[in-house]
Amino acid sequence: MADHSGMVEKRGFGLWMTHLGLIIGLLFVFFPIWLALVASTVTQADIMDPPMPLLPGDHFFENYRKALVSGINAPVAWMMVNSMIMALGIAFGKIVISLLSAFAIVYFRFPGRRTFFWLIFLTLMLPVEVRIVPTYEVVAGFGMLNSYSGLIFPLIASATATFLFRQFFMTVPDELAEAARVDGASPMQFFRDILLPMSRTNIAALFVILFIYGWNQYLWPLLITTDPSMNTIVMGIKQMFPSGDDFADWPVIMATSILAMIPPVIVVVGMQRLFIRGLVDSEK
Amino acid sequence: MEKRVTFKGLWLPLLLVLPQIVITAVFFFYPAGQAIWQSLFIPDPFGLSMKYVGLGNFEYLLGNPYYRASFVTTAVFSILVTVVSMGIALYLAVLADRLIKGSGVYRTLLIWPYAVAPAVAGVLWLFMFNTRVGVVSWYLGLLGYDWNHVLNGEEAMGLVVVASAWGRISYNFLFFLAGLQAIPKSVIEAAAIDGARFWTRFRTIVFPLLSPTTFFLLVVNIVYAFFETFGVIHTITSGGPQQSTTILVYKVYADGFVGQDLGSSAAQSVILLVIVGLLTIVQFKFIERRVHY
Amino acid sequence: MATVKLDSLKKSFGKTEVIHGVDIDIKDGEFIVIVGPSGCGKSTLLRMVAGLETVTSGTVQIDGAVVNDREPMDRDIAMVFQNYALYPHMSVFDNMAYGLKIAGTPKAEIAERVDTAAKLLQLESYLKRRPRELSGGQRQRVAMGRAIVRKPSVFLFDEPLSNLDAKLRVQMRLEIKQLQRRLGVTSLYVTHDQVEAMTLADRMIVMNAGVADQIGAPLEVYANPATEFVAGFIGSPPTNFVNADLAGIGNPDAVKLGVRPEHLNVMPSGSGRLAAKVMYTEALGAETLTHLELADGTMVTARQSATEAGAAEGTEVGLDWQDGDEMLFDRNGKRC
Repeated sequence: MADHSGMVEKRGFGLWMTHLGLIIGLLFVFFPIWLALVASTVTQADIMDPPMPLLPGDHFFENYRKALVSGINAPVAWMMVNSMIMALGIAFGKIVISLLSAFAIVYFRFPGRRTFFWLIFLTLMLPVEVRIVPTYEVVAGFGMLNSYSGLIFPLIASATATFLFRQFFMTVPDELAEAARVDGASPMQFFRDILLPMSRTNIAALFVILFIYGWNQYLWPLLITTDPSMNTIVMGIKQMFPSGDDFADWPVIMATSILAMIPPVIVVVGMQRLFIRGLVDSEK
Repeated sequence: MEKRVTFKGLWLPLLLVLPQIVITAVFFFYPAGQAIWQSLFIPDPFGLSMKYVGLGNFEYLLGNPYYRASFVTTAVFSILVTVVSMGIALYLAVLADRLIKGSGVYRTLLIWPYAVAPAVAGVLWLFMFNTRVGVVSWYLGLLGYDWNHVLNGEEAMGLVVVASAWGRISYNFLFFLAGLQAIPKSVIEAAAIDGARFWTRFRTIVFPLLSPTTFFLLVVNIVYAFFETFGVIHTITSGGPQQSTTILVYKVYADGFVGQDLGSSAAQSVILLVIVGLLTIVQFKFIERRVHY
Repeated sequence: MATVKLDSLKKSFGKTEVIHGVDIDIKDGEFIVIVGPSGCGKSTLLRMVAGLETVTSGTVQIDGAVVNDREPMDRDIAMVFQNYALYPHMSVFDNMAYGLKIAGTPKAEIAERVDTAAKLLQLESYLKRRPRELSGGQRQRVAMGRAIVRKPSVFLFDEPLSNLDAKLRVQMRLEIKQLQRRLGVTSLYVTHDQVEAMTLADRMIVMNAGVADQIGAPLEVYANPATEFVAGFIGSPPTNFVNADLAGIGNPDAVKLGVRPEHLNVMPSGSGRLAAKVMYTEALGAETLTHLELADGTMVTARQSATEAGAAEGTEVGLDWQDGDEMLFDRNGKRC
């Protein structure tokens, strides 16, 4: 991808203009992040006396320690643990149930298969935001408010991953399943020994997308985690703003924002190939 | 398309789909059904019983100026987010596509915003434009512009649009870049030999060939602006000032959880459900076409 | 070691019957080739023996036991697939060992059996590789190795050579033949290539549109085809068919006369049984093919030894053949 040019090659002045244009774009993209980083390393006084400095200060450890250990309502370290459990739970949960049901619809003929297929088809693209009130009531009815299962289950109730795996299983040659049958493999042995190892890349790509999706959830945790110790970091940031006319503790809030970005950024940048693949796959 | 090979068994496949059926039924179909059911009732003032009102909630909503205003707000907001984000992304993708070396580096950097949650993006932009301490608003003040999105509805809208569009640049950039790189180089070279300059080439050849990507992104971005920007709005404006940034999804939340008006909130959910359904149909129709393109 | 018996075996997909009742008795250790054009039902027939397709009616017996309702693994068969169907994420060793592992064979015995098969197929130095690191011929050998290690009573081959290039195909054909001779395992082999069928088979089944037109030893089928289809399908270049009236055949039932290219003699103009015009000739070295047009526009081919003087293109000639080489077919394409 990188060593290909769709346009006619540019040299000299044109090349520099191209870089300049891209760098302006990068400034737009990174300025908010940079500013947050700077704010997380200075004192509240530096910020309250605008304009704030544009280069990092020397209060990095102080601010981050304060955020991680005590936070404002709850220690941010704890919120990050909550976020991690939620993101991993959503990614694992969705992948597991989707692999199983995709395996069933592709490799078995059972009564109700078509109905099932269309039912899960209906769940595509219908985000939790649209049905929040009744979903909240269901979760509350199960006593799952302020619980990890309450955070996780409603968000894995959609079929995008099932479709993805179905598409992939359809491309696996029929002969492989036949060879496995001749070799005496039971359906679950075929699933475990052949289908799963062959789906590794797809699973990893989807995992990346789902992890970010789970980590970045906002509205749902906001509704069902009233106990600050169950807050996730992304929703916890907003809770750090004081109500009324008090001043926000900007260095701690910005340190928390940076902390909230780090895991997904590591995943996206570190697993760039898988991430892009997952993105393209899940929109097909 | 069907598989030639199938395994025998009845209980095993049913067992395999059971987890998904249970979770989808409990956390998807039941709540969706509840939303539809509740949309036909209003609770009495003490919240003790529900009164059947048929389509009354819908009639009330559609006659309600606030709700109608929210429709307009949502339309303006989604169109602006889509246009701004796709515009910037296309500009960057075209530039990156011109590079033979180094486009990978730019790509690695430009995908960062995807990792930033909308709610966090909201906080970052709120900080820059904060009326008391914001860097950008302070410099605007120096230039004689008094920025105040807390009071000015248009400025509030501008801020949530930019913050939402910012978070979406990565996604659009990646798809535009892939689309551009899929255009055969020979076509563009032929046009260059025909004497077409860059802008002419872009307008007459590149952009038309990019139209499947563009249309796909249009739909996806509108869906994004509709549903996934709640975090941005909640952190920056909480729908204000005077509901000037209350998009439909925000209103479902505000009426249902803050206002405790369940019937109205449910009716709004149903309306959103219909909108999503329509958008899904548009998208699938389009994807079908894209396959044949 | 086992016999295989198919008894009025039929297969329908929905309402369409694709196999219209096939009977055959396969002796222990026999190499049977099922040959026919694509879509004739030969693969379906094989897959019914394998247990990968259900039997609509009739029976499949292996070693005297009806196996219609048995799973593939319980039929004591092994199968080599057209595209090899190797498990892409497993090493050559694991590919061959998978079936044994599932059967719970002790580790030491698995290793021993795989090693033996690998030696037989000259795969010893590739056991750790993945399928994608192998050439086409090597993958083919792995697929056969996977079949061998199971020590089945019946081998089933589904067009195993069709993905190889021509040269490799000839080589692998010989290897398969030798292997089968050495192991003495009853084999069913499906192909659309009549040369493969001729060279490999003890007996061959020529399939046409879901019917076994003829079952017999290759040379017997070649010399004495039961139907017009068999005569046209087996042999290259194919049998020439001439309108019976044009050829002056007395038999009132005969509609067509079939003569093999090597039985046509090109004579000087005016002599022989038919007049023809030489359209073009192909000198292939050892032999020369002469393509001729008859009075009614039918094209026929004569195969001559290269030592014979060929007729020049464009000249008028006569054609002759021996009475004993005549094959007469009625309006249903059957011999008469």
